[in-house]
Amino acid sequence: MPNYRIHKTEYIDETKRVSFKYDGKTYFGYEGDTLASALLANGIHLVGRSFKYHRPRGIVSCGAEEPNAICQIGSKKDLTEPNVRATELELYEGLEASSQNCWPNVKFDIGGINNFISPLIPAGFYYKTFMWPKSFWKKVYEPLIRLSAGLGKSPTEPDPDIYDHKYVHYDVLVIGGGVSGIIAAKMAAKNNLKTLLVDDKKILGGTTIYQNNESIKIDDKLSSEWLKNEIQEIKKLSKLTIKTRTSIAAYHGYNFLLAKENLTDHLPEEKKKNKIRQRLWKIRAKKVVIATGSIERPLVFNNNDRPGILLSNSINKYLDYYGVTCGENIILFTNNDSAYETSISLHKKGIKNIIVDLRKSANSELIKQAESLGIKIYFNHVVTNTFGYRKINSLEIMKLSEDGNTTVGNKIRLSCDCLGMSGGWTPMVHMHTQSGGKLDFRDEDQVFLPKENSEDQISVGSCNGDFDLENIIDKTVNKINKFLDIDNQDYQDTNIICSKENDKRNIWLLPNKIPLGKTKCFIDFQNDSTAKDIKLALKEGFRSIEHVKRYTTTGMATDQGKLSNMHALGIIADTAGVKMGTLGTTTFRPPFTPLTFGTLVGRNVGKFFEVVRKTSMHEWHVKNNAEFENVGQWKRPWYYPKNGENMHDAVQRESKAARDSAGILDASTLGKIDIQGSDASEFLNRVYTNAWSKLAIGKCRYGLMLNEDGMVYDDGVTTRISENHYLMTTTTGGAANVLSKLEDYLQTEWPELDVYLTSVTDHYSTASICGPNSKKILNKLFPNLDSSDENFPHMSFKEGKLENINCRIMRISFTGEQSYEINIESKYGHSLWKMCIEAGKEFNLTPYGTETMHLLRAEKGFIIVGQDTDGTMTPSDLQMDWIVSKKKFDFIGKRSLYRSDTVREDRKQLVGLLTDDPKEILEEGAQIVSDVKSKPIDMLGHVTSSYFSPNLNKSIALAVVRSGKTMKGQKLIIPMENKNINVTVSDTIFLDKENKRLNA
Amino acid sequence: MFLINCPFCGERDQSEFSSGGEAHIVRPKQPTELSDDEWAEYLFMRKNIKGIQFERWNHAHGCRKWFNVVRDTSNDKILSVYKMGEKPPVNYK
Ligand SMILES: [Zn+2]
Repeated sequence: MPNYRIHKTEYIDETKRVSFKYDGKTYFGYEGDTLASALLANGIHLVGRSFKYHRPRGIVSCGAEEPNAICQIGSKKDLTEPNVRATELELYEGLEASSQNCWPNVKFDIGGINNFISPLIPAGFYYKTFMWPKSFWKKVYEPLIRLSAGLGKSPTEPDPDIYDHKYVHYDVLVIGGGVSGIIAAKMAAKNNLKTLLVDDKKILGGTTIYQNNESIKIDDKLSSEWLKNEIQEIKKLSKLTIKTRTSIAAYHGYNFLLAKENLTDHLPEEKKKNKIRQRLWKIRAKKVVIATGSIERPLVFNNNDRPGILLSNSINKYLDYYGVTCGENIILFTNNDSAYETSISLHKKGIKNIIVDLRKSANSELIKQAESLGIKIYFNHVVTNTFGYRKINSLEIMKLSEDGNTTVGNKIRLSCDCLGMSGGWTPMVHMHTQSGGKLDFRDEDQVFLPKENSEDQISVGSCNGDFDLENIIDKTVNKINKFLDIDNQDYQDTNIICSKENDKRNIWLLPNKIPLGKTKCFIDFQNDSTAKDIKLALKEGFRSIEHVKRYTTTGMATDQGKLSNMHALGIIADTAGVKMGTLGTTTFRPPFTPLTFGTLVGRNVGKFFEVVRKTSMHEWHVKNNAEFENVGQWKRPWYYPKNGENMHDAVQRESKAARDSAGILDASTLGKIDIQGSDASEFLNRVYTNAWSKLAIGKCRYGLMLNEDGMVYDDGVTTRISENHYLMTTTTGGAANVLSKLEDYLQTEWPELDVYLTSVTDHYSTASICGPNSKKILNKLFPNLDSSDENFPHMSFKEGKLENINCRIMRISFTGEQSYEINIESKYGHSLWKMCIEAGKEFNLTPYGTETMHLLRAEKGFIIVGQDTDGTMTPSDLQMDWIVSKKKFDFIGKRSLYRSDTVREDRKQLVGLLTDDPKEILEEGAQIVSDVKSKPIDMLGHVTSSYFSPNLNKSIALAVVRSGKTMKGQKLIIPMENKNINVTVSDTIFLDKENKRLNA
Repeated sequence: MFLINCPFCGERDQSEFSSGGEAHIVRPKQPTELSDDEWAEYLFMRKNIKGIQFERWNHAHGCRKWFNVVRDTSNDKILSVYKMGEKPPVNYK
């Protein structure tokens, strides 16, 4: 096996050999490697196939910007992870990775045929080709696209890893631990500001940490040595927290930032166990320093995408940080000085290399140094083509014309096994723009730079367009002193010597003798869009960068165009003949690099996914085989199947038992609001439609609450406990909203009222016993209570004692049966329930759930707010005019009850429906019509509640129907998929219109 | 995610609050005397300003108090916070 690791570095621990698998084959690397550096050390460049043309692709970079080296990690169904960048993944023992987007394998790839039919796949190909016929989508296009455009596999089983969230507050957050970030963090922390420094890498230091060029010195030391000292110093600062392997994902308003900390991704499997894998930091910082650096730009020329073509500075990092050379015969193609550092470093390690520089000439310390070392430089030349299928083996260069628009002279063919390219540097302004900051364009080196801020933040270092070390340090120190309003003198006497770049030449799309249509000048490597695609989009009339981006898919892959957006803009500007700065940029959206779902969700998985509320009787329901229904956050018994009953049978049995003898319901979830104060009666008068002043102490009353628009909002029974004390009940789902609404009115509209509201929903548990035998059960439980109808009539309240524990008993009914609701402090709720069950045994007291409750109340024609109403029903629409006081001066919603729209006769109104076939049960939500022949069919309304009533032995339903009030006895039709069901409009009360059962 | 300075509790995360729409819309004292149009004006019509807006907020997961906020909707900066019943600051009109 070839070995490209050519020298030792302090970042690679050669005593710790690590074995890993890539595409099924075992390789070795060392602790400190990334997957990418280990692959390169093994001579592997080819790591994937491109998205559209399936061209062989190699590692391009050494960081988050990597477009090609995207891997699938692991093969376990619950732990496999797609789209991991090999350039960021730290190597660990036992790592299993495979290349993505190549089938059947990376070396032989069927999709590669697309490369030869590429003239048929222009920009907007997907839009143009896959438009019609519609039926082809499901059967032909989609499977085809999915098969050839594999972007990795998602895990198919739940993620067993643990994730965490953490909230923190800091005076200063510094993003990025390069030279400028380290200086900023040190200055802030030394000034006693609570400071957090985050960096996405394993160690601090950015690109300077491996810089070893003799011409770049700080205080007479190599810049890397100087920086290591600084890092040692800041580690001692008590006010500074340093988080490595931590990347900022999003910068929101009010300096609220999200960061992802990687805790175990670099550890071997057995060390990952039972540890938190990733932590999402939710950071509030008073001030933010952005020091995110810059990313090297590729160059756009024909066949610039072959394996073995990397960014020049990445070659440098692989060499000086990882000790790995990307080739043995390297060509560096550049338009700026930074490639010379790479060249000199390669030269010193004995790696043969030459430079192709598209500048006419250039002069700087670095260039002099390269020249003096005898490194061959081709100025004013440009690479026009490259060769080699699975890896580059040679290239052609040509001289540039005076204006740089074309090439002149003869082709020169140069052999090589690696090409480094450097098109200059793009400041990472992502954080700045995410925070709402605006950008400026600097023509000189064609970069967007931070301009105005809307947050309290500042950009320093190369993300602010300062590229040489002297500039970076001087400006950072000045800016931070100003920004933090401090006077730090630490760097006053720092002596910096560095090479200064004097010459620039930028050409976005490099010229070529071959017509553009026949070249492959890639801009977006991951999404396979070329310069030709951009030009085609412009030709077809696209102008906005956002449109061109979507049409050509440039910048829309998982790397979000970190390497491609600038070139796309540049080519658009050149082609359209406008200044690049006037085009604007595409929007930089979070996350900066992809986040796992696990990190976002944190601990809120499984039983912590959602808040669940249980009544104090819950365990009894569970033991007695209740099926549960979610009502808001509550778990409510839905029905209690016995001996393998299905839902229908259980509900029929429960309903019958409740009317024949006795039933018991856990009514604890109903909202309960304690209302006290000398204006409590007046308050109720204002929030309910009916009158409350005359309600006697110890009596209960049903109330209907409206919104100001006159629509029914909530309902429930309120009991007057004493002169200035009421207990209001609300619907289970509406409790929180009703309380908020009442508080709102009290605080903002009627602050003069002396009223206090307290939610007591959780404080009391409620057992509701109904049926002809309910009184007998009550008497057994409360032998001292006078339960005679004269003394304890329907709609009244009494206090009772259950073994010395106070209970509130309301004789109120939602079923139409004689019924008692026993309220007790929640800690006794479970005992109360068990005592009721015990006392009711001889009366076949049957526990029933929400389904039976709904059925029983439907028999009686009682509405359920939210089921029979939908926010468009007035009391009159519900045939409940009786509950609206004519006398009261005002109440919430009163004025709306006689708006022109609410008094319309043809509003949808609540009616009963009886099916002609009494066995036919209607579907809730079914449409109601009177005529199925006229087209379009006029829809009159819909079914809101529907049940088979065991007590009436027929199907019953409630519905809302246009002008329903006037339609009693009329025949209507419910058209279903296979048949039309005939129904007759009826009264809404199906059972016991005279209320005999209530008062019996 | 805003930081809202509750006049009763101090600075808290936005997730503790709920928004109650436009502020200073007073419920008419005698709704029955209003025409349909006048009532509709109160009931339905709300401004939706790009720029400085007066809003109601409720510290729902805190003290549960309602209060008023002056917010620039174009950049989400909260310029002022004041209690119910207090006069809105004049410098933002
Ligand atoms: Zn508060």
